[in-house]
Amino acid sequence: MELTLWTYEGPPHVGAIRIAASMRDVHLVLHAPQGDTYADLLFTMIERDGKRPPVTYTTFQARDLGASTAEKFLNTLQAAYEHHQPKLILVADSCTAELIQDQPGTLAQTAGLPVPVVPLEMAAYSRKENWGASETFYHLVRALLSNHPNTSLQAGSQERGSRPPRVNLLGPTKLGFRCRDDVREITQLLESVGIDVNVVAPLGAGIDDLFRIPEADANVCLHPEIALTTCGWLERTFKQKTIKTVPLGYGATRDFLQELADVLDYPIDIDRVSQCRLPWYSRSVDSTYLTGKRVYVYGDGSHVVAMARVAQREMGFDVVGLGTYSREMAREVRAVAAELGVEALISDSHLAVEQAISELRPELVLGTQMERHIAKRLGIGCAVISTPAHVQDYPARYSPQMGFEGANVLFDTWVHPLIMGLEEHLLHMFRDDFEFNDSAVPSHLAHGDGTLKEVDAGDVAQGNQSSLLWEAGAEKELKKIPFFVRGKAKRNTEQYALDRGLTAIDIETLYEAKAHYSR
Amino acid sequence: MTGQVLASSAADVSGDFQPQQERGQRAVFCGLTSIIWMHRKIQDAFFLVVGSRTCAHLIQSAAGVMIFAEPRFGTAILGDRDLAGMADCHEELDRVVAQVLERRPELKTIFLVGSCPSEVIKLDLDNAAQRLSREYSGGVRFVSFSGSGIETTFTQGEDSCLTALVPSLNQRESDQPHLLVVGTLPDIVEDQFRRLFHQLGIDCVEFFPGKSSTELPEIGLNTQVVLAQPYLGETLRALQGRGAHHIPAPFPLGVAGTAAWFYAAAAAFGIPEGRVEEVLQAPRARATRALSALRDELAGRRFAMLPDSQLEIPLARFLALECGMTPVEVGTPYFDATVMQAEIPLLPAGVSWIEGQDLDPALDRIRSARPDITVCGLGIANPLEAEGLRTKWSIELLFSPIQGFEQVADLAELFARPLRREAKLEVGEWS
Ligand code: SF4
Ligand code: SF4
Repeated sequence: MELTLWTYEGPPHVGAIRIAASMRDVHLVLHAPQGDTYADLLFTMIERDGKRPPVTYTTFQARDLGASTAEKFLNTLQAAYEHHQPKLILVADSCTAELIQDQPGTLAQTAGLPVPVVPLEMAAYSRKENWGASETFYHLVRALLSNHPNTSLQAGSQERGSRPPRVNLLGPTKLGFRCRDDVREITQLLESVGIDVNVVAPLGAGIDDLFRIPEADANVCLHPEIALTTCGWLERTFKQKTIKTVPLGYGATRDFLQELADVLDYPIDIDRVSQCRLPWYSRSVDSTYLTGKRVYVYGDGSHVVAMARVAQREMGFDVVGLGTYSREMAREVRAVAAELGVEALISDSHLAVEQAISELRPELVLGTQMERHIAKRLGIGCAVISTPAHVQDYPARYSPQMGFEGANVLFDTWVHPLIMGLEEHLLHMFRDDFEFNDSAVPSHLAHGDGTLKEVDAGDVAQGNQSSLLWEAGAEKELKKIPFFVRGKAKRNTEQYALDRGLTAIDIETLYEAKAHYSR
Repeated sequence: MTGQVLASSAADVSGDFQPQQERGQRAVFCGLTSIIWMHRKIQDAFFLVVGSRTCAHLIQSAAGVMIFAEPRFGTAILGDRDLAGMADCHEELDRVVAQVLERRPELKTIFLVGSCPSEVIKLDLDNAAQRLSREYSGGVRFVSFSGSGIETTFTQGEDSCLTALVPSLNQRESDQPHLLVVGTLPDIVEDQFRRLFHQLGIDCVEFFPGKSSTELPEIGLNTQVVLAQPYLGETLRALQGRGAHHIPAPFPLGVAGTAAWFYAAAAAFGIPEGRVEEVLQAPRARATRALSALRDELAGRRFAMLPDSQLEIPLARFLALECGMTPVEVGTPYFDATVMQAEIPLLPAGVSWIEGQDLDPALDRIRSARPDITVCGLGIANPLEAEGLRTKWSIELLFSPIQGFEQVADLAELFARPLRREAKLEVGEWS
């Protein structure tokens, strides 16, 4: 038993629904009690999907237990087939159904439906959403392609001849992070270097598309959490190589193109296509203030690995800590942490994440919607880089994260919550101006994302560390510090004083602490 | 028509009222959802669901972005080790409870909330609650109830929670007649009702649940119970089992509904009708005025309701009688004749009433009837919008103050706004 206040991932069957909802022609029959139907709203309210996900729930009740749940399943299966006429049916248990052991997969396979039935084992008590999505995609692809004529091929890319190389983009799903736009961005990027996209799956794919997967020369594993298992099987079965670099960030996108060139044995003029503003924007003098900003990164494994690199090497931040809820990616995330000389937190407890953030006191958090809440409470800026995300992270505009345009978006999005360097200066100059006082928030922050929340003037007089006394002079001096760093100055000074066993803070202490903490 | 007439004509005619039964796919949340509004009402309690990751995910998804602070609810997620018997569930629960109390030592009550998984594996939470209450005796009380989807739908979680609290209500010794208003109400509504009862001369009024889980109301033979929410049948029967009397009344939705509700309560306390009329006159006139503009927008529009919150029947009555709307089809997850006895005689004829659900055929009927507005769950609203149908999510009816005179216009506005929006937008349909 494990106490959970918020969970980063849903149960594995939600992953199965994500695969079904991403595709055409597929319907999922889920053996589940009525409450589990909440999963619909993830798609229709968070991603604003205009269709219900293609799932029928058996919604068995206590009175059905013991006697008629299996019968209820079969009736539901039949009704769902007749009503939705899918080309393929997925069948799974929810957590409750797993306990009553009706074996709906077996029941469905013997129900005589005229379409293929793919049973799924969801392991609800040990696994989670991304794993469920990965398993579902893998079993679906395997079920369809096991008897494919290409299985006898020795190498997928051998007979390319003069035709352009083609790849599949595997892994994008409904409720993934910016998948809609990333697919478009990467497709355009590949087109620009003359590589054809053969199949995109699961997002937008139909059953016929899945049948064409073996026709590609390689598979681009855009979302390892979802597609790595499938890519591995395709590699073993069809000798299709896997492109493993996730094109998130400027450098990673170039590495991605290099990997494509190497794997496909196909020349790509990377410099020619690297049209991206991030490098110049990052070099522009006004970005100097970004140097060494302390950043905490948390999210799914592949986003954390990629975003830590962007933060450290492309924005010039200092990554002071990182973590992931994807246990499957623990090794990769630990490796990045080791390289940066920081701790990796491998945990899906948001309380542990909150503790890490409040101890490290970063100036910016790159996280999920949970970290947005944590950062808001702590008065720290935050940008969302990974699922779980909320409705505002499914924007109307084109806003990819991947590829070169994605890198531009990252630059803009991460800089937004920070105060611009030149503005810091201006704010200081005008701090006594009646219109530009401590309570006037810069207009680009005035929508209240909480960035400046905790540092209001009233905070100054009553210290959190109640045992400490601020002497009048020190308090006055503290008020001269620009309000947006005052909270930090106050905390640091108090910490400094506590560490040294002081009971009162005078001007000396304030400046001693400033010297101590300055980098 | 006065409210008094509404109330007194509420004879038991539910025998004639036969909603059509449906037993197919349901699209209703489970009772765990009630925790979202109950934890905000009862402020010294923690709701600990013993369940799966699904249960945790349901509550946080249904709560959406409404909660930023650390919530006063959580889930003890069962894992493989618990199910395989490698870990003793009761010891595990003790450990999780200790963890909760360590973070929040100020808690007075911990509700152990059963879920489908805990019920299927027959984890005895009643027993656990008794044991833990003994262990923490004097400090924290433990109460268990079921919010599982195999036993309860959506709002029934509150019914199940309040029912579980009834045995801990103290026996009332005083002879003074005593009014107990049952069902979670927003604080603002509770205060309005309290003021009106006071003006009526009913000062001995208590609300159940209240803000505190320890200062529970007392109950005795001179307790008169009036329901403020329509999903509390089991709670009502448990209170009657403790000797309380039920005041059948329409629910306080709409001007007439609210008036009838007050008339019924006042009658049980022997307060002369003239006095009631006098007291209600001003708020009633105000509410009627506020509603009249909205009535113009709503009159003649057709509505459907998919089964969800149990509020469907009284809401349909309000929309038909007071807003002039035409019900096409009204579904309700289950029908409790006792609770609805005063509503039934007021319901319009020619409506298709449905108990239970079979989602796909119901959606097909809505598609062909094309009502002007459909009240439905969160998962279904956008898909219907995408088909050019206007909707109102039912969960908002649980989260917003809609009861009482001062909220009548707000309630009507919830239905008028989507229609007004439709008239305004010139952007084409969903694509
Ligand atoms: S229906 Fe059952 S398993 Fe599903 S969320 Fe509700 S209590 Fe949990
Ligand atoms: S609003 Fe003020 S602080 Fe913000 S960008 Fe403009 S000038 Fe700078």
